[in-house]
Amino acid sequence: MSFLHHDVPLTWYLLLSAALFSLGVVGFLIKRNIITVFMSIELMLNAVNLSFVVFAYQWHEVKGQIFVFFVMMVAAAEAAVGLAIIIAVFRVRATLAVDRINLMKL
Amino acid sequence: MKAIDPIILTLILLVPLAGAVLVALAPDRAKLPNWIALLTSLLTFVLTLHLPAHFIAGQRGFQFEVNIPWIESPAICYHVGVDGLSLWLIVLVGLLAPIGVVASWNAIHTRRKVFYSLFLVQQTAMFGVFVALDLMLYYGFWELSLVPMAILIAMYGRKDGTKAALKFFLFTFIPSAPLLVAILWLYARTHTFNFSELQYQTASGVLPASALSWCALAFLFAFAVKVPVFPLHGWLADTYNEAPVALAMVVAGKLGLYSMLRFHVGLFPAQARAMAPLLIVLAVIGILYGACLALVQRDYWRLMAFAALSHLSLIVLAIYGLTFMGWSGAVYQLLSHGVVDGAIFLLLGALEIRYATSTIASYGGLAAKLPRTVTIFVIATLAMIGLPMLSGFIGEFVIFSSTFALVSRAAAIAAALGVILGAAYMLSLVQRLFYGPESALVSSKPAHDLRIGELAILTPLVVLMLVMGLAPSLWLNAIQTGVHPPLIKNNVIVSGACAAATYEAPSLVATPELAAKCESLQEAQR
Amino acid sequence: MILSLHIWLIPLLPLAGFLLNGILGSRLPRWLVSTIGLLAPFLSFVLVLNAYALTSYSAVALPYVETFPHPWIAIGGLRADFSFFLDPLSLVMLLVVTGVGFLIHIYSVGYMAHEEGYARYFSFLNLFLFFMTVLVLAGNVLLLFVGWEGVGLASYLLIGFWFQKPSAAAAGKKAFIVNRIGDFGFLIGIFLILANFGTLNFAQIAQVLTLKAAWHGGVLTAICLCLLVGAAGKSAQLPLYVWLPDAMEGPTPVSALIHAATMVTAGVYMIARTHFLFDRAPIALAIVAIVGAATAIFAATIALAQTDIKRVLAYSTISQLGYMFLACGVAAYSAAIFHLVTHAFFKALLFLAAGSVIHAMGGEQDMRKMGGLRKKIPVTFWTMTIAVFTIAGFPPLAAFFSKDAILYAAFVSGSGGVFLWLVGLLTALLTSLYMFRLWYMTFFGELRTADAHPHESPRSMRAPLIILALLSICGGWIGIESFSAYLAPSVGLHPAVSSFPHLELILTAFAVLAALEGWLIADKYYRRKTERPAQLAAALPAGYTLLANKYYVDEIYDAVLVKPLFNFSRYFLGWVVDTGILGGIAWLLAGSANLSGAILQRWQSGNLRSYAAWLTAAAAVILLFVFHASIGSYLGARGIDVQLNLHWMGH
Repeated sequence: MSFLHHDVPLTWYLLLSAALFSLGVVGFLIKRNIITVFMSIELMLNAVNLSFVVFAYQWHEVKGQIFVFFVMMVAAAEAAVGLAIIIAVFRVRATLAVDRINLMKL
Repeated sequence: MKAIDPIILTLILLVPLAGAVLVALAPDRAKLPNWIALLTSLLTFVLTLHLPAHFIAGQRGFQFEVNIPWIESPAICYHVGVDGLSLWLIVLVGLLAPIGVVASWNAIHTRRKVFYSLFLVQQTAMFGVFVALDLMLYYGFWELSLVPMAILIAMYGRKDGTKAALKFFLFTFIPSAPLLVAILWLYARTHTFNFSELQYQTASGVLPASALSWCALAFLFAFAVKVPVFPLHGWLADTYNEAPVALAMVVAGKLGLYSMLRFHVGLFPAQARAMAPLLIVLAVIGILYGACLALVQRDYWRLMAFAALSHLSLIVLAIYGLTFMGWSGAVYQLLSHGVVDGAIFLLLGALEIRYATSTIASYGGLAAKLPRTVTIFVIATLAMIGLPMLSGFIGEFVIFSSTFALVSRAAAIAAALGVILGAAYMLSLVQRLFYGPESALVSSKPAHDLRIGELAILTPLVVLMLVMGLAPSLWLNAIQTGVHPPLIKNNVIVSGACAAATYEAPSLVATPELAAKCESLQEAQR
Repeated sequence: MILSLHIWLIPLLPLAGFLLNGILGSRLPRWLVSTIGLLAPFLSFVLVLNAYALTSYSAVALPYVETFPHPWIAIGGLRADFSFFLDPLSLVMLLVVTGVGFLIHIYSVGYMAHEEGYARYFSFLNLFLFFMTVLVLAGNVLLLFVGWEGVGLASYLLIGFWFQKPSAAAAGKKAFIVNRIGDFGFLIGIFLILANFGTLNFAQIAQVLTLKAAWHGGVLTAICLCLLVGAAGKSAQLPLYVWLPDAMEGPTPVSALIHAATMVTAGVYMIARTHFLFDRAPIALAIVAIVGAATAIFAATIALAQTDIKRVLAYSTISQLGYMFLACGVAAYSAAIFHLVTHAFFKALLFLAAGSVIHAMGGEQDMRKMGGLRKKIPVTFWTMTIAVFTIAGFPPLAAFFSKDAILYAAFVSGSGGVFLWLVGLLTALLTSLYMFRLWYMTFFGELRTADAHPHESPRSMRAPLIILALLSICGGWIGIESFSAYLAPSVGLHPAVSSFPHLELILTAFAVLAALEGWLIADKYYRRKTERPAQLAAALPAGYTLLANKYYVDEIYDAVLVKPLFNFSRYFLGWVVDTGILGGIAWLLAGSANLSGAILQRWQSGNLRSYAAWLTAAAAVILLFVFHASIGSYLGARGIDVQLNLHWMGH
C-alpha cells in the first residue's frame, strides 16, 4: 500500500486532479450534447475524489476516504435522477442539444 | 405542578398541527373537515385553558417553560414558555379558533380540506409566536403565520383575492427580511437566540449602540407593518375586504402588538424609548385617521378595517407610553378587542352569507327580522366603543388615564377624541344595517336569524364582554405580573407599594437607575 | 347593632327586571311583563323610603357607604370600587328617581298597551332606572361615569324604540353622539382628577381639598370646566343641547322620565356632587352661571315659536335646566336641587299630560291641529292646568318656591348677579307666555282637525297624572330654608344674605308679576285675538323664521362641523392621503420591484450553457476570494469565524 508514497509525489496527483477538473469544466461549458455535459460533471467529481484520496493518504486521515464515498453516492444519485430526466426530455423533445432545451425560461 | 405542565405548550402547538394532518388525510365528505377542525380547535382551546388554571399569578418570569437544545450550531433551542403577558393572549387565540371555524361553516364550500388544514396550521403558528422564547424559533413561527394567511386570502378572496394576497404578502414579508438579518446579527454578536439571555446582553451595554438601534428598527418595522401602524396600513383594508372571516379576525393586531411589547420594547428598551415619541405621534394619527376614514366607508369590511386601525393604534399608544399601567391596559385592550372583534366579525360574516353583500347601503331595517342578531351586535358595538361595564371600557380607561397622567396630556386628549368618532361610526353602522325601513334586499330574502351553532358561540362571548367589564382583575392580576418591573424584595413582590410607585413615576424598564437596581437585585438573588 | 340599608339592592332590582324582561320578555304574557316591570321600581322605591325613614330617625347615620369587597379596577395607583354612597343629596335624588320613575312605569302600562315590543320597552325602562340609581349612588367619579354612560345608553335605546322610523333611529344616534362629546369633556375631567388627586373617591377628593385650604383656581378650574362640558352634554345646555328636542322621537313616557324628570338633571346632580371642586374654582362657577342663564333664555325664545307640543316641552326643559345651572353657578346648590325636584314633578306631569293629549288625538302632536280639548279630556285638562300654572311660577305651587329661591340667590350673588336675575326674570315671563300659549292652543277654542275623536285616557294613565298634580301643588311647601338645611351635609350651606330688608318679598313680587304678564300676553294673543300671532309673524318674518327654525343651530352645526368632517375624511384623507399618497408610495415600491424583476428576468435565459457559464464564473470568483483570504488576513480582520473551516478539517 505504500507505492504512492515512494514513487510519485503528492503534487503530481494534485496536478492530475486539477487537469481532470479543468477538462470537466471546459467540457461542461462547451459541449452541446447533454449526455456529454453530464459526463463532464462526473469528471469533475472524480477529479475532486482523487484529491480527497490523496490528501487522506497523505495525512493518514480517514475522513477524506469517507468523503469520497459521500461524493460517489451523490454522483450515483445524480446520475440516476439526471439520466431519468434526460430520457424524459428526449422523449418529449427528440433532441439532446442543451441549446434547444430552454424550458426553464420564465 | 401537574404532570402535564411541562408538555402542555407542546401539546397546544401540536394538536392543531395534528388536526391539520387529519383534515388533509380524511375524505372531503359531508361536513367531515368542518367537524374535525371544530373538534381540534375546541380541544386546543380546552388545552389553553389549562394555562390560566395553573398559572401562578404572583410569580414573575416564565412558567410551563421547556428548553430543549434543538440544533447545536447555530444554537437553536426549542424554548417555549408563558408569562403574564402572553398567558391570556394564548387563550384568546385558542378561543378565536372555534369561532373562526363556526364563521367559516357555511361560508366555505370549496376545497374545504385545504381551507381547514391551512387554518389549523395558522393556529399553530400563532400559538408558536406567543410561546416561543428562542428568537429563531420565534422567527420561524412568525413567518409560518404569514404563509397560510396569504394562501387562503388568494384562494378564498371575495372579489380579487390574488391581488389582496399579493399586497398582504409583500407588505408583511418584505419587513420580515430585515427582522431575520437583525436576529442573525444579534446571534453573531451574542451567540444566543435565548430571549432572556439576549435581554440581558442588550441591556448590559456590550453591543454597539448604533448597531443596536438599527437592529431595534428592523424589529420595529416588521412589527409595525403587521399591527399595522399608520402609515403602514396599506394592506389592511384590502385584506379585511378579501380574507375569509375566520382569518380576518386574527390577521391584524395581536401578533404584531405582542411582538412589539415582548421583542421590541422588551429587548431594546433604550431604543424603544428613543423611538417612543415618534410612535406616540403615529399612534395618535392612526387613531384619528382610522376613525375618520371609518366614518365614510361604504363597505362594512373596510369600515371594520379602519376601525381596527383606530383601535390598534390606541394599543400602540399604550405600549409606547412606556408605563406599566399602560402596558397592562394595552394587553387588556388587546384581549377585549379580540373578543369584541371576533363577535362582530362573526355577525357581519353571518349577514354576508345571508344577504351576499357587504355594501352597507343595501341593508336596512333588519332589526325587526333578526332580533337576536341585532341584540348581540348592539352589545358588541357598545363594548367596542367603550361603554362602561363592558370589556372595552377598562382597557380604554386604563390607557387613557395612564397616558394622560404619565405620558402626554395632548396625546391622551387627541386619542380620547377617537372615542367620540368611534361612537359615531359604529352607531351609524348599526343604524344603517338594522334600523330604518326595510331595504329592497332585506325584504326580498327570507329572514334567518342566528343558527344554534352561531348562538352557542356568541352567547359566551357576550357574557365574556360583560365579565371582562365587571371583573377585570380576573385577567389583570396575571397581566400585571407579566408587564411590571422585577422589583422584588426578599423574593416577595411588594405589591401595594410597588404599584403606587409605578403609578407615581413615569417609569420604564430601561431607565438606568431601574436597570441598575434590577441587576443588583438579581445579583443578590444569586 | 348596625342596620344595613341594603342600598345595593336599589339598582340591582331594576337590573333584575331588565334581565328578566329582556331575555324572557318576548315569551311572557303582557300582564307578567308589566308586573315584573313595575315591581322592580316599586321595590326600589320602597327601599329608598326605608332608607329615608331609617336615616331621618337617626337609626343610621349619613353619609352611609356600602362597598363591594372586591375592587372593580385596581391597577397601579388607579383604584375604583363598586361603592354606593348615601347622603341627603343622593337620598333626595333617589326619592325623585324611583318615585317619579315608578309613576311613569305605571303610566306606561296604559300608554304602551297596544305597542309591539312591550317587553323590550319595559326592560329598557328598568335598565334606565338601574343606571340612574347607580349614577346617583356612586361613591366615586368612575362609578358615576358608569351610570352616566349607562343612562345615555338607555336613552339611546328608548329614543330609537320605534327603530323603523328613520327619524327615531337618527335621533337616538344623535343623542348618543352629542352626549359622547360631553362625555369626552367629562373623561378629561376624570383624568385631571386622577392625575391631581390620585383618587376618584368623592370623599377622598373632598378630604384632600380640606387639607389644602389655599388651593384655588388653576387646575381646579380646568377640572371644573371639563366636568361642565360633560354636564352640558347630559343636561342639554348650550352648546350641546341639540339632541334633546330630537329625543322627543321616543315614546312620551320616556320623554317624561328620561328627558325631563331624571336623566337630563344628572348634570346638575353632578355639579352639586362635586361642588367642593366648583367652590374652589370661581371662574368655572361663573361660566356655569352664564351658560345656565344663556341656555334658559335661549331655549325659552325657541319654545315660543314651536308648534309640536312635545318640542315646546323639550325646549322648556332645556330652559328650566338652565335655571338649575344658573343656581349652581351662583353656588346655590340646594336651590338647584330644589328646583330639580319640583321640576321633576311638574315637567313629568306636563309630559304625561301631553302624552295623554297625544293619546287622545290618536298620535297627533301638532298643536295647530288641536284645540277645544278641555271638555273632552277633563282629567288631562285639569292636571295640565295645574302643571302650567306651576311652571309659570304662581304661588303657592311648587315651582314658585324653587324658582324664587334661584332668582333670589342670583340677585344677591354679587357683581353680575342683577344681570343674571334679569335674565332669569325675563325667562320666567317667556316661560309663562309659551306655556299658556300651549295651554290655549291645546284646550281652548275649537278643535282644528276633523278626523280626530278625542277620548280620555285609561285609569292607569290618569292615576299618575293626579298624583303628580298633587306633588306639583305641594312639592314646594317644604320651603327652601328647611330643604337647604336638610341638604347642608352634602352641599354645604351657602346662605344668601342681603343687607336690604324685604328684598326677597320684592323679588317674589317681580317674579309673580312676570308670570302674570306672560299669561296676559298669551291670553290676548291666543284666546282673544287668535289672528294676531300670524299677523305678528308676517310683520316680523325674519325674527319668526329664526325662532321657528330654532336659530338654525342644527343647520349651522351640520355645515360647520359634520359636513366638513365628512368631506375632509372622504376626500382629503380617503382620496388624497390614503389612495393618493400612501397608495401611490406602495404602488411605486411595487412598481420598482416589478421593474427590477423584469430586468433581472433576462438573466434567466433558460439556456443551460449560459447558466453553466455563470456558475463557473461565480465559482472562480469565490475561489479567487478564498485564495486571497488565505494569504492576507482580510477575513480575520473582519472577525468572521475562520475556525469554522478548521472544524470541518478536523483540527
